[in-house]
Amino acid sequence: MTSTVQVILDALPMLLQGVLITLKIVIISLSFAFVIGLITGLMNTSHSKFLRIISTVYVDLIRGTPLLVQVFFIYFGLPVFLDIRVPAEIAGIVALSLNAGAYISEVFRAGIISIDKGQVEAARSLGFNRFLTMRLVILPQAVRRMLPAFVNQFIISIKDTSLLSVIGIQELTQRGEIIISTNFRSFEIWGIVGIFYFIIIYALTRLSHLLERRFDIK
Amino acid sequence: MIVVQNLKKKFGSLEVLKDISTTIQEKEVVCVIGPSGSGKSTFLRCLNLLEEVTSGRVVIGDVEVTSPKTNIDKLRENVGMVFQNFNLFPHLTVLKNIMLAPKHLKKMEKQFNEKQAMSLLDKVGLAGKRDEFPERLSGGQKQRIAIARALAMSPRVMLFDEPTSALDPEMVGEVLLVMKELARDGITMIVVTHEMGFAREVADRVIFMDGGYIVEEGTPSEIFESPRHERTKAFLGKLS
Repeated sequence: MTSTVQVILDALPMLLQGVLITLKIVIISLSFAFVIGLITGLMNTSHSKFLRIISTVYVDLIRGTPLLVQVFFIYFGLPVFLDIRVPAEIAGIVALSLNAGAYISEVFRAGIISIDKGQVEAARSLGFNRFLTMRLVILPQAVRRMLPAFVNQFIISIKDTSLLSVIGIQELTQRGEIIISTNFRSFEIWGIVGIFYFIIIYALTRLSHLLERRFDIK
Repeated sequence: MIVVQNLKKKFGSLEVLKDISTTIQEKEVVCVIGPSGSGKSTFLRCLNLLEEVTSGRVVIGDVEVTSPKTNIDKLRENVGMVFQNFNLFPHLTVLKNIMLAPKHLKKMEKQFNEKQAMSLLDKVGLAGKRDEFPERLSGGQKQRIAIARALAMSPRVMLFDEPTSALDPEMVGEVLLVMKELARDGITMIVVTHEMGFAREVADRVIFMDGGYIVEEGTPSEIFESPRHERTKAFLGKLS
């Protein structure tokens, strides 16, 4: 029987490629999610009832259904309905973006409403319109407060990418499964896959602590 | 300069301003006094539409404030406001607090903007604090910065909403001193205040409000030495 070390060394190149794909999906999805979250979060704090309803429906729908169902719906369901073909990776990114976007939307909303009303009044009394007040006064303060919640969502989304293995995306978890199906060494492979996730998330956590310290100046 | 006609303001079914009419001249310093809940802060906040007006007219200069067609943001550039709780922007340094509005609203060139901000800081006696963040300042210092920030837009009118009410007693003086200088500079000022000494010394006119009405207005000596209305007498009597 091959030694544990040898098993891991053999699997390493393939797993590392999986790490890259996982990172790629996470970075792309979270970038989209951030934009979606910002826009729908702002919509939710706007004066227009119409905009508030749209964003509330979006957030409730996403938060009320499992990510796995969303992935299946977007990869299998929608293409049938629309009569198109969607590559797995695109479907995965769309699902993850929409999913994380809904949670980030709530983070933005909570952050924005946490800022003292006096800040809005001070900005408006100087002559800033709503948009500039948001951009120059409210968001810069809110985003600092939101940092821990963002990191939390990022961590969840990184782990959620493993669900995308079900539609055959060759990310870290899927590669683990493939390797195990040829060498049957679950202990070593799931162990090392877990370690890779841990390293990614731990690095992010350290980075966020660094950022939090840097932004500590109010 | 400022004309207020039959101003009314309701919060739900609560009528806070019942029927306010008054005229304020250019360069006039007006102090608004009265018991809490008399509507004086609401009156002030209606002048720059921080509160929506229920009915009546407000005109500042040649701008019909209460007309729906008015660009209220443009008007507010000319009407500075100082709040009880300072409301400095905590994420910006003192200097950037002052430079923010001229930079984005007047597109003022950076060098000129900074020079103006420094001279305003000099004026309020805080040039040494230019790079501090607001949380490192005392209440009195914060309020002086807030005044400088409002002045940076060169407003024609300054509204003060109980500017010393949130301050420790030993810091009230430094803020009032800055306000006195402004009054001397000839800027139109409307000051809602509980500082009777300031009103007596600096105001051209004192307005006494109670229960959503202007009960009485006149020169400081008219109001403080020989008030005509019972309610004014009762209010001033409680203070002494």
